[in-house]
Formats: sequence, structure tokens, C-alpha cells
Amino acid sequence: MAKELVEFRNLETHFKTSAGTVKAVNDVSFSIREGETLCVVGESGCGKSVTAMSLMQLIESPPGKIVGGQILFEGKDLLKLSKKDMSRLRGNDIAMIFQEPMSSLNPVFTIGKQIAEPLLHHLGMTHKEAKARVIELITMVGIPRPEKIYDSYPHELSGGMRQRIMIAIALSCNPKLLIADEPTTALDVTIQAQILDLMRDIKSKMNTAIMMITHDLGVVAEMADFVVVMYAGKVIEEAPVLELFKNPQHPYTQGLLKAKPIINQRQERLYSIPGQVPNPVNLGDNCHFHDRCEFCMEICKVKTPPLRAHADGHKTACWLYEEEGKRNERNVGSVGTAAE
Amino acid sequence: MSQYIIRRLLQMIPTLIGISIIVFVISQMVPGDYITASQNPNMTAERADQLRAIYGLDKPAIQQYFIWAKNMLTGNLGDSFQHKMPVTKVINTYVWNSFVIAFVTLILSWVIAAFVGVFSAQFQYSFFDKVVTLLVFLLMSLPSFFIGLLAIKYFALDLKLFPTGGMTTAGLNASGWAYIKDVAGHMILPVTVMTTLSVGSLTRYFRTGMLEVIRQDYIRTARAKGLNERTVIFKHAFRNALLPAITLLGFELPALFGGAMILERVFTWPGIGQIYLASINMRDYPLMLGFTMFLAVLTLLGNLISDILYGVADPRIRLK
Amino acid sequence: MEQPQNRMEQLQEQLKIVKPESPWKIAARRFAKNKLALVGLIILVLMFLICFLGPLFSPYELNQTDVKNKNQAPNGDFWLGTDKLGRDILLRVMLAGRISLTVGLVATAISVAIGATLGAVAGFYRRYADTIIMRIADIFLALPTLPILITLGAILSDLKIEPSKRIYFLMLIIGLLGWVGLARLVRSQILTLREQEFMQATEALGLRDSRKIFLHLMPNTVPIIIVSATLGVAGAILTESVLSFLGLGVVPPTPSWGNMITAANSLIEFRKRPWTWIPPGLCILITVTAINLIGDGLRDALDPKMKNR
Repeated sequence: MAKELVEFRNLETHFKTSAGTVKAVNDVSFSIREGETLCVVGESGCGKSVTAMSLMQLIESPPGKIVGGQILFEGKDLLKLSKKDMSRLRGNDIAMIFQEPMSSLNPVFTIGKQIAEPLLHHLGMTHKEAKARVIELITMVGIPRPEKIYDSYPHELSGGMRQRIMIAIALSCNPKLLIADEPTTALDVTIQAQILDLMRDIKSKMNTAIMMITHDLGVVAEMADFVVVMYAGKVIEEAPVLELFKNPQHPYTQGLLKAKPIINQRQERLYSIPGQVPNPVNLGDNCHFHDRCEFCMEICKVKTPPLRAHADGHKTACWLYEEEGKRNERNVGSVGTAAE
Repeated sequence: MSQYIIRRLLQMIPTLIGISIIVFVISQMVPGDYITASQNPNMTAERADQLRAIYGLDKPAIQQYFIWAKNMLTGNLGDSFQHKMPVTKVINTYVWNSFVIAFVTLILSWVIAAFVGVFSAQFQYSFFDKVVTLLVFLLMSLPSFFIGLLAIKYFALDLKLFPTGGMTTAGLNASGWAYIKDVAGHMILPVTVMTTLSVGSLTRYFRTGMLEVIRQDYIRTARAKGLNERTVIFKHAFRNALLPAITLLGFELPALFGGAMILERVFTWPGIGQIYLASINMRDYPLMLGFTMFLAVLTLLGNLISDILYGVADPRIRLK
Repeated sequence: MEQPQNRMEQLQEQLKIVKPESPWKIAARRFAKNKLALVGLIILVLMFLICFLGPLFSPYELNQTDVKNKNQAPNGDFWLGTDKLGRDILLRVMLAGRISLTVGLVATAISVAIGATLGAVAGFYRRYADTIIMRIADIFLALPTLPILITLGAILSDLKIEPSKRIYFLMLIIGLLGWVGLARLVRSQILTLREQEFMQATEALGLRDSRKIFLHLMPNTVPIIIVSATLGVAGAILTESVLSFLGLGVVPPTPSWGNMITAANSLIEFRKRPWTWIPPGLCILITVTAINLIGDGLRDALDPKMKNR
């Protein structure tokens, strides 16, 4: 197995709001291996974007703050780096693209200038070298007539083109890790597919690890090598993609997969997980999914389930799979047996 | 582009006609005229009537309006009774004195406001930001003449740091470098007061603009590129915050050439504003009307310029 | 059969939480959180109390001259000193405050009445009404306000209007020149509001236009009117003070903060007796600052979208 590139260890990122503290990322641990595409899945507000922003150390502070844990990048703890060292990594070794291609580019600078910026800043290229490289990058992300695009302003391009430009900016310094925060959510379906193709293509060419944040299981199925499922600030399940789709363990993951329409399997009604995402303020020590879970047990309401491996590379945080949980409640039902 | 400007200029015409009517009607409401206001004891009634005939003051108001309006179209604002020369020449003589202090004030207040506004926004909720916010409110609430008087009392009279008013030292017929130094010395106090008065709202404008821009997605992109904070703020954010501010630059036009009436009087600065105030006491209609119309044209032109500037500065609406 | 009852309780519990607070309550709470605005409010209330109730406790009369006690520096008897006629400055400042505050409030009320009505009519009827009103607004917007005010002030002086009546004209003049901004705000608000569903409902009900405008549209513009009116009062007080300082606004013997400062026109008063003109100036500064702080707080509280603007 490839070497670990990034490791989150018990990361805690909290936001102070007028209503109370929101533990947006609550004791999150997982790793990303070199050249791997890892998808973080979850509903909006589950902390997946905050996890990525914590890695970039771009959490807006106040109100946000990383209050505990470590983020190791090639063995170094990023949280201990000076601001200067961190900004040397950003855009260079770790690059990021965002959900909103329409607003993610600065409206007053030309495309060329914006792609060239990290080249000049991190790699110390001359303007001439940078321009040549920018043209190369624009071609690489599949936009024709790069010279013309070089002098264009963002508003002259379509959303899909702008996302390609964002990818070009992100790839400009050959990053080891590319974070993509819902890169296709704001785009039309056909453009989505093109962008995903482009990212897969780039990954195979440049062997860049990708941390892809999404709520779209279709994207996961298409892109991921490994999947991390988050719910209310916690990782509740992680597994290689095939394993997860074949054998989801956590009731929430099962619900997510059931909620996805499957072609050729027409159902009366699409499944939806009952209830709502819990209020993120002052969540207690319990399984945050307990009030929506059809297998909820007494212990789920009072104790946080640990994230533990139950199969090779497949970890779940659910009392259904714990001895303690089984002891507490005999009536586990079909799910429990399915996992064994 | 030129088509756009022409259309806008044409749109100004009805507005200007409306303004000219209002201004003329108001001036007609003033009882008495220049002849009675000049209070010359030697003037006989016949002589006064003669003069009224010369100045056209004996004609019906509507006729006077059309004569005035027709002349105005040819750029002839009439002759000032008091100064015995064309109004355009009076304006041209004094407007530059006004322009000098207004221009220096403009530069100073923009530079200060931009810096303070940017830092205040960057460190929102910090102690510095809170002090700035409160100061801005104080500055926006200053009665101009009162602050002018206070400044003269403490800095000119009590501490004797600056001259109390005027533009040059009386009796000192300096020229060249010495003249410039003398005028500059007289400018310090009025310029400081005028800057103080205008910097508050500008700072607030820049701060608000920056706060809005800082939250934009492209600022996050700039940070994600690993640029240092200074580049992010001054290159990426400031350029965008400056865009709406540029429209303000057009609105400064009347202030640049219109003279700060109250402060020019307080500081006895020989600018057009002070001359205008005096013209009211003298019932010098041509000057009163002419200057008011001059201000109105400046205001309308300023609006047009600000629109054009915005188009030039913002690539999104740059007119081809 | 405990289950259903429990369920009901739960539902009720949820309903309690969901029950929306009135927007005014929310605004009041937001406003109360804004410390600067609260300080402004306290200062303004104090200023009103002092100006309107203070004179009742003063041992002096408004125009009571006292040659023995002229030109006194502030002391135990005359807290803010006396002027060259021996009049008590403190009493004059308080009475001037009554005038200045009243002029500011009434002038703004006039502006608001004109601005809100014209704005609503323009926004509601669109077409010709809108074109005409907005054209007039354009003219007023480009009209050099200060010269016009000064000329009108000079006319008032020439017509030899009694000082006590002159105040009303002054309020009217200032009010007449200050409606444009609000008219534009209200108009644009009404233009968007009238496209919304609830207006189609009033259409279906066949309500009269005046009912539609005043009962259904205008209440939605109240927040912007309040904010704009508050800031307008600050502006009107400043305008009044400038005019009065030039001798063209409120004229003696009626005191106003602006005309009290004209004392500074005499070099001796200006230099040697600052107590004659500095207190009214500070009063203007403090009052206007307080009103601006309140206006800003109100804007944040009433219109969260406008926050930080």
C-alpha cells in the first residue's frame, strides 16, 4: 500500500456562535495515501468542508478555531508550522478548488495573471516562463485557444471553463494533494461529467492525491478509491469504495445508499432518512445519529460509539457492531447479522 | 462609448432646465435688487431706474428668465454687478483658490481613508477597529464651522502655530518659492479641517467595501494559492473594494470646484464659495444664479464621470 | 396508551420552539446588543430631558439681561458663564436645544412625509407617475442644496418675518429639500414588493389603491423609513446649525445652537470667552453623533442584509 500523505489525528475544529460552541469537526481521524482519491461524504453542515479548510488552515478565525489534534502532512504536523511555512505549502504542495467557480476567480484580474500568480510566488519563475507554463496549463485542462483565454477576464468564461481554470491554478505547482470541495455541485450535469473526467485524467498523469468533498454518491462511485462518511462533525464510517457500496455498515450510510436512485430498479418511492440533521450547537456525548436511527438502542443515547475496524480497512462507529452494544440490547435485528 | 456619453449629456438637458427654473424663481423671490442693496445714498430715483433698464431688471420676470437662459446657452452667464466683470471671469478668478485646497484635501482624505478603512476591515472587531468606528461617527457628525472656529482658536490664536486665515500674509509681497511657502502655510489649517470632515464617511465606505470583499470566494482562492496576507489584502481585495469607491471620485467634482462655502468664510480663504456668500448679501443675481447653475452642471457632470469611471475600472462592465 | 400523549407533548414542545418571534422583537434584541447604539440612545434621551425639562429648574429667564453679571466665566451661579448681556449661557443652550432638536425633528418629518408618499406613488403606479416623480427627484438631487437654502434664508430675512414664525418656514425649507433619498429608497422597495404574491392577493380582493399602498405596501417599508429618518434628523440639525450660524436660519433673540456660535464672530468673545460659543457647538456634535450611532444601530437591527454597510 502507498505511503500515507496526510493523516488527521483527532482533529477538533470548533466555531463559537452566539448560540454556543459548534463542534464542526469533532475528533476526526483518517488518512489519505499518496496518489489516492479519497472522498469525504456527508450532508451539508456535517463538517466535511471544515475538515478540508482545517487542513489548508484557512478557517476563518474568529469564529472558527482548531482546538485540538494533529494534521500530519508527509509526517510534519501542519498545525505547528509558522504562518509563513504554511503559506509556502498552500497552493504549492497542497492546492484546493472550490464549489463556486463563478465567484472563485477575482473579477478584476485576467485569467493569465491569476494562473501565473502561484508560479511567480512559489516557484520564482520569470514572467516569461510563467506565461509559457500558463498556456501549457490552460491547454492541459482542455480549453482551446489558450492565448486568447490568457487575456480574458473571468466573466467572459462559462462556469465549466472557470472550474477548469481553477483546476489549472491548483495544478500549477504540481501539488501532492488536491483538495476539491464539491467541485461539480454548481455545474450542469454534462459539465460535471467533463470536470470529473478531467480530474481523473490529471490524477493518472500526475499521480496527485485527491481529497474530494461531496454529498453526491454518484461522484463517489465514479471517483473514489476510499470513502470517509461524516455525520455531525464525526467520521462514522470509512472503507474502500467497493467495500462501502457492497457492504455499508452504519445505518446512516445504509440510508444514504438507499436514498440514491438505482437505474433499472424502479421503486415505489425513493427512500429518505427520517428526521433532520441535529442542531450542531452543544451536541452531547452520544451517537449524533441516534434520533434518526431505526436501530437506536439505549446506549446510543448516552455514549459516543468508537470508530473501530470490523473488517479489513473498513471502520465503523456504531454500537450495533460493538460487544458492549450487543450486551446492552439483544434485539439487534437483521443489520447486526448482516455485518458478521 | 461616445454614443453613451452623448445620450447621457442629452438626458442632462431637461434636468438642467428644471434646475434653472427653480433657481431663477427663488432668486426672483428675493425682495429688492442690486440697486437697492448697494445702498448708494447719492443715487436718484431716475438714475436707479436707468440702471435697472441697463441691467434688464425692469423687464417682466419671464422675459428676464428667457434672456438669462439664452445667454447661458452661449456660455454667457452675464456680468456680476458687484465685481463689474463677467460672471465666468469671476468664477474663473476665484475657483482655482478653492480648487487648490479642495484638491489637497481630496488626496489626503482618500489616502488616509483607504489605509484606515482597509486595516480596520482586516482586523474587524479589534480594538483598533472599534476606535475607528467610533471616530468615524464623531467625524461624520462634526459641524464644519464649529470645528473650523475651534481650530483657529487653539492652533492659530492660542498656540500661534498657523495664520488665522486668508491665503497670503498681508503686506508680504513674496513671489516664487517664498510665495508658495506662504500659501502652503495658510493652507495647513483649512486643509486639515476639511480633511477631518471628509475622511469619516470615506473611511466608513472603504471599511464596508473591504469587509464585503474579504468574504468573497476569490479571496479564499487567493489565500489557497499560498499568497501572503499583504498580497491578498492589497492586491486582490483592495482592487475590488476600490471599484465602487471610484464612482465616488466623480461625485467629488462639485466639491473640487464648488468651494467649501462655510469653511472658506471661517478661514477667510478667497475662494469661490466665500465670493458666492458675499454675492447673496449684495443681491448680485448674475453671480448667484450663474454660480448655482455652475454647481448644478458640475454635479450632473460628476455623476456622468463616475459612471464612466466605473465602466473603465470594472472589466465586467467595461464598455467596448 | 401513553405513547400518543407523549407524542402530543413532543409536538407542542416543538411548536413552542418554532413559534416565530415578531420581527420588531428580534430587531429590539439586536439593537440592544449594539453597545455604541445604546450609548447613543442614552445620550440622546439625556439631551432631550435636559433641554426640555432643564429650563424648568433654572433660576433665570430666557431674555433676562443682567448688566452686573455680564461676561462671567463659568462659576457656581452661572454654570456655563454669561454672555455680554449677562444672560445665563446654560439656560440659553438648553432652550436653543429645544429649538434645534424640534427643527431637526419636524423638518425630517416633512421630508419623510413627502419622500415616502412620492416614493410609494412612483413605485406603485409606475409609468407616468414614476417618470415624472423621478425626473423631479433628479432635479432635486442635482440642485445645489446649500446655495438654495442660503438664498431662501436671505429671502426670509428680507421679508422681515418675525423670528418666532421664521422657525416654521425654516423647518419647511429644510424639509422640502431633503426628501429625494427616501423617495428613491421607498420607490425601489415598493417596486419589488408589488411583484410579490401577497399583492396579487390584494388584487384578487379588489382593494382600493390607497388601501393597497398604505395598508399593505407601506408597512413593509417602515424599517428603511425609520433608519433613513433617524439619519435625516442628524443631517437636518447640522443644516439648521449652518444656516443659523450664517444668520440665515433661526435668528436672535430666539436661541439655537447654530446662532449661539455666531458669538465667535466677535474677536473678544472668540478668544477670551470661549464659554459663549463652545458649549452649543459641543451640543451639536454630541447630539448628531448620538443620532448617527442610533441610526446605524437601527440599520443593523432592522435590516440584517444591510449589515456593515
